[in-house]
Amino acid sequence: MNALDPQLALAVPALGAVLIAIFGRWPNLRETITLITALALLLVVASLVPLVLDGERPSVRMLSMLPGLSIQLTLEPLGMLFALVASSLWIVNSIYSIGYMRGNNEANQTRFYVCFAIALACTMGIAFAGNLLTLFLFYEGLTLSTYPLVTHHGTPEAKRAGRIYLGVLIGTSIGLLLLGIVWTWSLTGTLEFRVGGILADKANATTTGVLLALYMFGIGKAALMPVHRWLPAAMVAPTPVSALLHAVAIVKAGVFSVVKVIVYVFGVENLAGMSSANWLAWVAGFTIIAASIVALRADNLKRRLAYSTISQLSYVTLAATLLTPVSIIGAAFHIAAHAVSKITLFFAAGAIYTASHKTEISQLDGIGRSMPITMTAFAIGALSLIGIPPAVGFISKWYILSGAASTGQMWVVAIFIVSTLLNAGYFLPIVYAAFFKTSRDEATHGEAPLPILIALIVTATLTIALFFFSDIPLRLATAVPALPD
Amino acid sequence: MIENNLPALQVVLPLIAAPICVLLRRGTLAWLIAWSASWAAAAVAIALMLRVLDSGTISYALGGWPAPWGIEYRVDPVNAFVLVLVSVVGAIIVPYARRSIGTEIRSEQHYLYWAAYLLCLAGLLGVTITGDAFNVFVFLEVSALASYILIAFGRDRRALVAAYQYLIMGTIGATFIVIGVGLLYLMTGTLNLADIAQRISEMPLHRPLLAALAFLTVGISLKLALFPLHLWLPNAYAYAPSVSTAFLAATATKVAVYLLLRFSFTVFGPSHVFILLPFDEILLVLSVAAMFIASTVAIFQDDVKRMFAYSSVAQIGYITLGIGLASTSGLTGGIVHLFNHAVAKGAIFLLLGCVALRIGQPGISQMAGLARRMPLTAAGLVVAGLSLIGIPGTVGFVSKWFLVLAALEKGWWWMAGLVLMSSLLTVVYVWRVIEICYFREPSADLKDADEAPLSMLIPAWIFVVACIYFGLDTSSTVGTAAIAAQTLLEAMQ
Repeated sequence: MNALDPQLALAVPALGAVLIAIFGRWPNLRETITLITALALLLVVASLVPLVLDGERPSVRMLSMLPGLSIQLTLEPLGMLFALVASSLWIVNSIYSIGYMRGNNEANQTRFYVCFAIALACTMGIAFAGNLLTLFLFYEGLTLSTYPLVTHHGTPEAKRAGRIYLGVLIGTSIGLLLLGIVWTWSLTGTLEFRVGGILADKANATTTGVLLALYMFGIGKAALMPVHRWLPAAMVAPTPVSALLHAVAIVKAGVFSVVKVIVYVFGVENLAGMSSANWLAWVAGFTIIAASIVALRADNLKRRLAYSTISQLSYVTLAATLLTPVSIIGAAFHIAAHAVSKITLFFAAGAIYTASHKTEISQLDGIGRSMPITMTAFAIGALSLIGIPPAVGFISKWYILSGAASTGQMWVVAIFIVSTLLNAGYFLPIVYAAFFKTSRDEATHGEAPLPILIALIVTATLTIALFFFSDIPLRLATAVPALPD
Repeated sequence: MIENNLPALQVVLPLIAAPICVLLRRGTLAWLIAWSASWAAAAVAIALMLRVLDSGTISYALGGWPAPWGIEYRVDPVNAFVLVLVSVVGAIIVPYARRSIGTEIRSEQHYLYWAAYLLCLAGLLGVTITGDAFNVFVFLEVSALASYILIAFGRDRRALVAAYQYLIMGTIGATFIVIGVGLLYLMTGTLNLADIAQRISEMPLHRPLLAALAFLTVGISLKLALFPLHLWLPNAYAYAPSVSTAFLAATATKVAVYLLLRFSFTVFGPSHVFILLPFDEILLVLSVAAMFIASTVAIFQDDVKRMFAYSSVAQIGYITLGIGLASTSGLTGGIVHLFNHAVAKGAIFLLLGCVALRIGQPGISQMAGLARRMPLTAAGLVVAGLSLIGIPGTVGFVSKWFLVLAALEKGWWWMAGLVLMSSLLTVVYVWRVIEICYFREPSADLKDADEAPLSMLIPAWIFVVACIYFGLDTSSTVGTAAIAAQTLLEAMQ
């Protein structure tokens, strides 16, 4: 297949959003458009993969937004990996959304699908951004386009959650990230992503440390503590939103930006020489453990998953902070691995809610008998996140741990081991209760509607399959240039 | 022939159209005349702009009398930009205005409204184009007197008090300006701005000159509503008819800012103003105070128009901040923000005019459910609101970028932080409106309301689209602003 234009990756979902809005009155047609758009997007993205694997880095400039700074798209392996994950899971998620939104008789479905498509367009913009300005533009676009999804129900609770969501994400991005970006621009005169970093030799140790803080806390979507509060708040959204956006697109946009900034703006080698950057590993390590402990105590299933996400996101940040080539492969691959595993878990949570209207973990005793497929998928996702083979989570954990061991930072290894135990501690009891405890009330429900089940099975299968067929994502992750040639 | 007399036509066209409106005494005819005069003025301004960018500063002797005996009109990149801004805003607002004043002003007074509007437009254009200090004062008074009338037309009786307040403050400002001009004449023996600049640069900064600078600065600051001289503005904007608010918010304060630029940079020269005097420090402190205090006050307003009026005071703070930074990026940021704020506030006040057409001037709780009943109006408010915040992809982002950059170039990272922090205050008051519009059931007033007619929606949405267009493609706005900034700073190097 010939490679298509990367601009199409933005244009396809944007056009999809317009068409969905126009045909919103006919639900079947509207959903068909969503599915076709998702499929077309995957085709566009997939057609670009061979190009990137061949080592080409095509770049397109669009409008000139500021003098010397244009909106620019550039293909590179990390972005390719992220785009591939987001676009392929969008298809599955669209099937799931149809089952969920109809099964729960949700209102304002057209707005829901329109915002979803716009959010995906923004995600592609982030993935293919060729400079920090473009990244920032779509980063803010993603926040704003998902605000109506978070507040979908329009209840006072949703409104409150929306305030936290927007307050944290806009507050950090305008207050810190933008400052970091303008500062970088005034120091270096460029915002392009370059192998080896643009800040090397341009900033002294103190400035680098401060800039790193501006970036890491400015990218609120990476949910580094203490800027993580928006993620649990966002759980009031309908489950498909939590699944695709708050397990894949948005949070991954966050850690993707983190890895991208570390590799292409600071430069791995440059950062490794600065002791003023060491604090980041501690903050990320703290987030991993603290979020896991909160997850352990949460009874609401989606809340537990949200805190688990916060902890897993810091896996990526911590892995990137180790600044070794192996750990950066692990960071990049974990973006994909966590995505398929966590989306499976959210799908399962949504399936349980749709079939039985249960939201609390304490209500799930014996639910494995009435919903065996759902809970099997849940178990697979959980095993993957704990890091047990043959699930995909094992691979990234392996790379990250090798990276940690190779730097000799044993405390990092210790953090990952403790975290693995904590993961097991908050996931396994759910699986155990579902299958081996007896239900207190008579189950009157079966499995969730068919579209939900299909989506669930696909992502659970992917979680296993990617362990055996990890070739393409792994090649993309390996191609991320940790060190300048 | 016409081509060479463009500078005169710029002012004369609306100036002549005004008495014609009064003679005709018919609302619709007056409106048509105002419409054609505004469009002609906009065409002239654009033609002038193109000529200036093409072949440099234009000097025009009014009536063929050369300066210093006659009055010189002088167009350079700085005021060409402002001329285009003012006249194009007028040209977009006039078609909108017919329906809006139809409900807000008694129909037998319409022709008077149009006459006042044209006088105001002529005054603003005159202030901007003239190169003569006394002429500045004359046109400033023409525009100011006309704008008192434009405000007093408000159907709320408090409009009269607001106009009176503005009259008092405006007159004090004008008096200060005329004293300043008088002192300048005393010291330099000329009224031509270029000649004054020339002579000032050759003489030491005597005390009368300092006094002149002080009087002029305070007078102009009153006109541009620099904190804490802004007290006239919130009431004037809140109780004026929707059209007046939109027009004055987008143009009048911007012209005053231009005057400040003109006097501080061209006439006195940045070396006097910024190096010998703490002009920039004073300006910076007041600007930051405006950004924070006015934004905070805006958060607690109940009347939506009044809230955005306070927001204007805060946004003017950003413009003067750019001037106070006195560097190429800072001035570029300030001048671009002059344009950007005109576009965003123009959009907001026109959209609020659409709401006012249906339910009268809205308090914040009456905006409940606006998104259901008037979805296009609500969506426009969201976009313009995002632009006020400075979200990338909107005009507000561009100016904020330059202001932050200018602060960092000076090594003032704390100032950069302050600029961004104050943007977050903007989020609070903008989101208050958005939440009410989108999350509540329609209020009793809005129950049966529907979208405003297209003759009003289209002009409003031209501003909304401009908020996005000039946020993504900034080559024209930033390009012109950068040239203007360089022109102003030339004297400094």
